[in-house]
Amino acid sequence: MDFATFLIQTLNALQYGLLLFLVASGLTLVFGIMGIINLAHGSFYMIGAYLAFVLTSATGSLVLAIVLGIPLALLFGAFLEWLLFSHLYKRDHLEQVLLTYGLILVFEELRSLLVGNDVHGVNIPAFLDASIRLTEVMTYPVYRLAVSAVCVVLAVALYFVIQRTRLGMMIRAGNDDRTMVEALGININMIYRVVFALGVALAALAGMLAAPMSSVFPNMGSQVLIISFVIVVIGGIGSVWGALVAALIVGFADTFGKVLLPEISGMIVYLVMAVVLLWRPEGILKKG
Amino acid sequence: MKPTKHIIGATALALALGAAFGSAQADDKVKVGLMLPSTGTYAALGAAITNGFKQFVAENGGKLGGREVEYYAVDDESDPAKATENANKLVKRDKVDVLVGTVHSGVALAMAKVARDNKTLMIVPNAGADELTGPLCAPTLFRSSFTNWQPAYAMGKVAAEKGHKKVVTLTWKYAAGQQSTDGFKEAFEQAGGKVVKEMTLPFPNVEFQPFLTEIAALKPDAVYVFFAGAGAAKFVRDYQAAGLKASIPLYGAGFLTDGTLEAMGDAGKGLLTTLHYADGLDNKKDAAFRLNYAKTYKMQPDVYAVQGYDAAQLYQAGLAAAGGDPSKQEAVIKGMEAAKIDSPRGAFTLSKAHNPVQDVYLRQAEGTQNKVVSTAIKGLADPARGCKM
Repeated sequence: MDFATFLIQTLNALQYGLLLFLVASGLTLVFGIMGIINLAHGSFYMIGAYLAFVLTSATGSLVLAIVLGIPLALLFGAFLEWLLFSHLYKRDHLEQVLLTYGLILVFEELRSLLVGNDVHGVNIPAFLDASIRLTEVMTYPVYRLAVSAVCVVLAVALYFVIQRTRLGMMIRAGNDDRTMVEALGININMIYRVVFALGVALAALAGMLAAPMSSVFPNMGSQVLIISFVIVVIGGIGSVWGALVAALIVGFADTFGKVLLPEISGMIVYLVMAVVLLWRPEGILKKG
Repeated sequence: MKPTKHIIGATALALALGAAFGSAQADDKVKVGLMLPSTGTYAALGAAITNGFKQFVAENGGKLGGREVEYYAVDDESDPAKATENANKLVKRDKVDVLVGTVHSGVALAMAKVARDNKTLMIVPNAGADELTGPLCAPTLFRSSFTNWQPAYAMGKVAAEKGHKKVVTLTWKYAAGQQSTDGFKEAFEQAGGKVVKEMTLPFPNVEFQPFLTEIAALKPDAVYVFFAGAGAAKFVRDYQAAGLKASIPLYGAGFLTDGTLEAMGDAGKGLLTTLHYADGLDNKKDAAFRLNYAKTYKMQPDVYAVQGYDAAQLYQAGLAAAGGDPSKQEAVIKGMEAAKIDSPRGAFTLSKAHNPVQDVYLRQAEGTQNKVVSTAIKGLADPARGCKM
């Protein structure tokens, strides 16, 4: 591998890792901070991608689709939390797994009824539909770089909200001791509703941003679900920074694994997870 | 004395009744077991095969071999883990005369074992695993579709004819992908070319960027890939976005562009692929088939519908040779082996291993259609390696 190729592969790894972070960030919030095992997280990603497809077809613009899609996803998340998840906080993980697994089936069936089973493409907005020339044959799509930039901004924003604002403080406190927070007169139910809606919106946003790159297709959510859990576990449950570091590690392991160790590239991510957990059973950055 | 008499009487009655029912069944209907996916990723393919099969039966007066057809359907869910159980339902419980299925190769391999163990006739209307008409071939096992080797081998020849010397291949690391790239390599290297690198990624991973970078660094004359469905759409879009489409031609087996062109958008334009079916074939059978299909099902047929249609034609040919009696299995098999099927894809016969000996077309993507450019290879037979029959 010459130096130029190495640099481009590094760029690939960074860009893939940031995209993974975007998908996993919502899961870190819901799983890490609220303690809900949400298997339906991948479905919210899928719903986001289909929203992007449907709204882009209707409005003719992906940007408009995202602007419309985010409030829809927030409302949808708040509604689901009110209807289903609010009854689960005091129950054990098995019931959460059952409910959220059921939701995967329900959402896939609804998707099949409403949009069908075909593969669809979503067009990249015209102002981002360009490429940067890297070598004489290879170019890099501007859209991918733009998505990476959005991921970085979101990572910083999330960190700021959780570590530096009053809302973030209440969220963290609620996770540590729910009863005490309630006793202090804070409406913990409302806070959880906000966090859950935010988690759904992040997953949906990831789906919307990924739609032009990955196409839109049935069961697309299940592909990101497992890798998201891997990232949350490697990073340390509940840590946004941890998820970012873990996503980048996974991005590098996957990219260079495919090129340098193609024979084991299918399991290299899981090997990394095993090593990290042996070294730090609580994940790289413990909750904080 | 008395009880014994009763027993003899009852037994005689039962035998008589049994014989009566038995013969009534044999005279009445031919039992067709359709084991296809009706849910999951391949649901649309299963529906197309069923539609095609039923269309031929309808055109044939609602009959096969002069008898009414009774269908027994099982959703195989494209799940190899449930394949044996599902096949047993049709073979042992329903005692079908012919087992038709399926799309997924892993499921088809398990079905073939059940069918062979029970000596049930089986027709594969899609699954391209080379083994089915290779090491696992059997007198009772037929295929109306293709082997993974066939379209790939044809593309290897085309790529060499275009003057390419150095080619890189890329596919998912699973049997179909491996068989496809092997077929390509065989023809391409026979014609003097060289496959300089064979790259694979785990199925169903779709993060292609590292491979595109690798391709850009290697600068081959062309790239051959085997992908299908959503992965195919994503790969072709990524290939264009990486700027490679302009400088390094991309070739694939036909599944790359079947049902995925809408999702590819501009990136799919002009792609060259090889398959045993194409849009815009100049034959009357295809024109009539398409018209009839569109009228009945309110949509356009695809290669899967053709394969389902031909599975029914193939069985009809066998029954006709056996005087319409599905229980005369040897005669049915002889009839099928000797049949010349007037398919919408163009007429074909069967090889010794029971796989179609068929023309493979070179097609070019245009809008959402794969228009025929030329016949890449006429009457291509799979080598059926490992088949002892």
